[in-house]
Amino acid sequence: MTDIRNEILALQDAYITTLDFDRIEAWPDMFVEDCFYEIIPKENVDMGLPAPIIHCDSKGMLRDRVVSLRNANVYQPAIYRHFTSGYVIEAQDDGSWSSWCNYVVINTTQSGDSSVYQAGRYHDIIVREQQALRFKSKRCIYDTSRVQTLLAIPI
Amino acid sequence: MTLTLDEARSEAFFAEQDGSRVPYAVFSSQEIYDLEQARIYRGPTWSFLGLEAEISEPGDFKSTFIGDTPVVMTRTESGGLAAWVNRCSHRGAMVCRDLRGNAKSHSCVYHQWSFDTSGNLLGVPFRRGQKGMAGMPSDFNPKQHNLRQLRVDSFCGLVFATFSDTVENLADYIGETMGGFIQRVFHKPIEYLGCTRQYSKSNWKLYIENVKDPYHASLLHLFHTTFNIFRVGMRAHCVTDENHGLHSIILAIKEEQDASGDAYKDQKIRSYDEGFSLEDESILALVQEFDLLATNHIQPIFPQLVVQQIHNTLVARQILPKGPNNFELIFHFFGYVDDTPEMRKLRIKQANLVGPAGFISMEDTEATELVQQGTYRDAMATSVIEMAKDSPDQNDTLITEELIRSFWRGYRKLMGFDQNGATPA
Repeated sequence: MTDIRNEILALQDAYITTLDFDRIEAWPDMFVEDCFYEIIPKENVDMGLPAPIIHCDSKGMLRDRVVSLRNANVYQPAIYRHFTSGYVIEAQDDGSWSSWCNYVVINTTQSGDSSVYQAGRYHDIIVREQQALRFKSKRCIYDTSRVQTLLAIPI
Repeated sequence: MTLTLDEARSEAFFAEQDGSRVPYAVFSSQEIYDLEQARIYRGPTWSFLGLEAEISEPGDFKSTFIGDTPVVMTRTESGGLAAWVNRCSHRGAMVCRDLRGNAKSHSCVYHQWSFDTSGNLLGVPFRRGQKGMAGMPSDFNPKQHNLRQLRVDSFCGLVFATFSDTVENLADYIGETMGGFIQRVFHKPIEYLGCTRQYSKSNWKLYIENVKDPYHASLLHLFHTTFNIFRVGMRAHCVTDENHGLHSIILAIKEEQDASGDAYKDQKIRSYDEGFSLEDESILALVQEFDLLATNHIQPIFPQLVVQQIHNTLVARQILPKGPNNFELIFHFFGYVDDTPEMRKLRIKQANLVGPAGFISMEDTEATELVQQGTYRDAMATSVIEMAKDSPDQNDTLITEELIRSFWRGYRKLMGFDQNGATPA
């Protein structure tokens, strides 16, 4: 378990590095082809309600998001810094791993303000695909229910 | 910038009666904001609180606001609707501390005064004293100390409340034209699917302008044109209500012959870009659910509601002012009770289009914040709202600012800014 734990922590570090260093073109490749990615308020999850702010049920949708962010959407460039803690990792019967952890995203605006942009928990289903670990599913269940201004870059 | 109310009522303020010049003070003045709370939110208007589907069972409640006054809407034990100001009649503490829940009664934590679902005072601890000591005076009448109860009504499952004893009934306030368009979306029972919230550092009226502004849609939101979704050449229907002009609708109606985008190419507008296509086009599917096939239905019912149908995603947006420089936007997603699993899946997928991360909406708050920042220091400078001004009756184009002008004419009147120094009633 220690080895897989280290591997999963390394995967998570690679994931947040991809986002924090503005390499979102590489972001979809951290998922398997038939993947699920969602950002949803805890408020809805607690009530068993499905309304998300981002909901992708294929890697193609992740790539669409990247193309749109780079070419269509208008937003002020910002810098994210992700921090994760409190990992709970469990092996699943089907050979995948379930991983829960906290996250905090500090956002720094062009004018130089840094603030807690989003706090929440990741719930991930991780599988091994051609030696590498990838996300089969990643849910970002956020506590910070009021999204400040807009959310462009994924969490 | 400080602006006195006398200045706001002066002849120079809102000089143009046609709503084409808006003094920027209305977006940042605390005095004007406070006056709005009195004249608009506690004036002759009905404010949207939520969906009946959010409080379907007796005792269900939701905390929300009218303007910035905290209110609670409830489903009473007899199945009716009630709304009351969330402030204990004893010493003023907020009674209900939860966002949502179910309760037969609401008890203030401070001294445990308790109230029924309609806000009637049920009990006062130690009212008769204790161990022979004095309690409340003998003339204390609980019936005179209920919570502040509001007039409440619903239209097609949308719950509204008002502080006003004189405003017309809700259906008349909404009006026949707007009521018909609400019925278009609420033509069968709905199911609440959850909400998402967005907070903007800008004035609430900038968002009202935004949802009355079809002109910006294809220019600010480049997703439309980048992926060939929305065209200036689509048939439009942009009208206001027939009474005060504060409500409106923008419909973008899909024509069989979609325009090719030539209008953009000819004008070299930055938003036209060939060559991008979506890998998953289902996000733009449009399953016909209404008689009129429209991709976009954006309908603000002043002051707190926007009814939205974009493709097959359905939302009741609530706009809540949070001081002159901030507002909160709450997207209440819903589907129909009889949705097939496939249809429900499509609605959730199309939630990607709207909300704080929406492909075709994320820029709105960016734009309103740019206006807030740009106008803060120049209270008496004005915006220029002229598009299609010479053709106010031309309602089949998206290139118009007539709905915005109509809003400002109604706002000016409601606020008493049309009375040149006279103190409005």
